[in-house]
Amino acid sequence: MSNLKTLTNGILKENPVFVLLLGMCPTLGTTSSAINGMSMGLATMFVLICSNAVISLLKNLIPDQVRIPAYIVVIATFVTVVQMCMEAFVPALYASLGLFIPLIVVNCIVLGRAEAFAAKNKVLPSIFDGIGIGLGFTLALTLLGATREFLGTGKLFSLTLMPEEYGSLIFVLAPGAFIALGYLIAIVNKLRKA
Amino acid sequence: MEYILIFIAAVFVNNVVLAQFLGICPFLGVSKKVSTAAGMGAAVAFVLTIATLVTFLIQKYVLDAYGLGYMQTISFILIIAALVQLVEIILKKVSPSLYQALGVFLPLITTNCCILGVAILVIQKDYNLMQAIVYAVSTAIGFALALIIFAGIREQLEMTHIPKGLKGTPIALITAGLLAMAFMGFSGIV
Repeated sequence: MSNLKTLTNGILKENPVFVLLLGMCPTLGTTSSAINGMSMGLATMFVLICSNAVISLLKNLIPDQVRIPAYIVVIATFVTVVQMCMEAFVPALYASLGLFIPLIVVNCIVLGRAEAFAAKNKVLPSIFDGIGIGLGFTLALTLLGATREFLGTGKLFSLTLMPEEYGSLIFVLAPGAFIALGYLIAIVNKLRKA
Repeated sequence: MEYILIFIAAVFVNNVVLAQFLGICPFLGVSKKVSTAAGMGAAVAFVLTIATLVTFLIQKYVLDAYGLGYMQTISFILIIAALVQLVEIILKKVSPSLYQALGVFLPLITTNCCILGVAILVIQKDYNLMQAIVYAVSTAIGFALALIIFAGIREQLEMTHIPKGLKGTPIALITAGLLAMAFMGFSGIV
C-alpha cells in the first residue's frame, strides 16, 4: 500500500517538472516532438530506478562526507550504460537527443532523489520512488512534446491530425518550448488548487 | 576572424540558454535581481573556462591516448566537481573578497549543465585548444548576458499586474520565450 503511495506521489503530487520545477534543461531541450520527449523521459527513468536501487543498497557503506561524489559516480555509470545502448540500438534517436543523454548526470532530479529518498529508505521503496518520479517526468515530457508537436506541425507522434500549414513553427523552435511550458505549468497550478 | 565567428555564434546566434537550453536551472533560479545574476554569471564564466581547459586536456592526453572514450561522462563530471571544490578553496585563501561575492553560487555550479555541456560539445565539435577556450569564454559571456537581461526584465515584471494563474514561474517562462524569440533575430548573422 505504502509502495503504491510512493509511486503515485511522484506522478501527481510531486511531479518533478510541473510542481518541483526540476530538470528543466532536458524538459525544454528534448521536447520538440512527443516521441523525443517520451524517449528522454524513459532514459531518465531507467537511470533513476537503477541509481536509486544501487544507492539504497550502498547507503551504509558510503561515508557521509563523500556521499555526493559517490552518488555522482553511480549515476554517471548508469548514464554511460544508457548512452552506449542507445548509440548501438537506436542511433537515430541518439542523434536527435544528442547532448542531453550524457547530461542526465547533472539532472537535479536524479541526484535529488538519491539524496532525499534512496539514502534514507530500503531498496524496494527506493525502486518504487524511482518508477514514480520517472513516470511523472516521462509524463510531463510527453505532454509538453505532444503540445509542441501538435501546435507546431499539426502532428501527434508523427500522425498528421491537421494540415501542416495550420501549425506555427515557432512552437517547435526554442521560444515555443519556454512559452508552452509556461502555460502548462499555469494550467497544472490551476488544476491543483481546484 | 575565425575566433570572432565562434564568439558571435556562441554569444548571440546559439545562445547557451535561449537556443541550446543549457543552464536553465540557474537561469530561472537566480534571476530575480540583477546583482545576483551578475554574480552567478561571473562565477560560471570563471569555472566554465577552467573546466573546459582541464577536460579538454584530459580528453586529448588521457582518454584518447589510452582508448578510454567511454569514461568521458564519468571522468568529466568528477573533474568538474573536484575543480569547483578546488576553486572554492583557492579563492577563499587568495581573494576573500571575490570569494564573498561568488561564494553562494560556486557549489551550485557543479550541477549546472552548461559546464558539462560545453565540455562535451567542445570535444564533439572537434575544436583545437585555442578554439575551445574562445568557445568556452564566449558561451560564458552569452550565459551572463541572457541572465542579466532576464533579471532586468523580471525586476520590472515584479511591479506589473499579472493574471493570478500566471504569477511566478509561468510568466518567467513566457518572458524567457519572448527573449528567445528576440535572440532568434540574430540567426542570420553567422
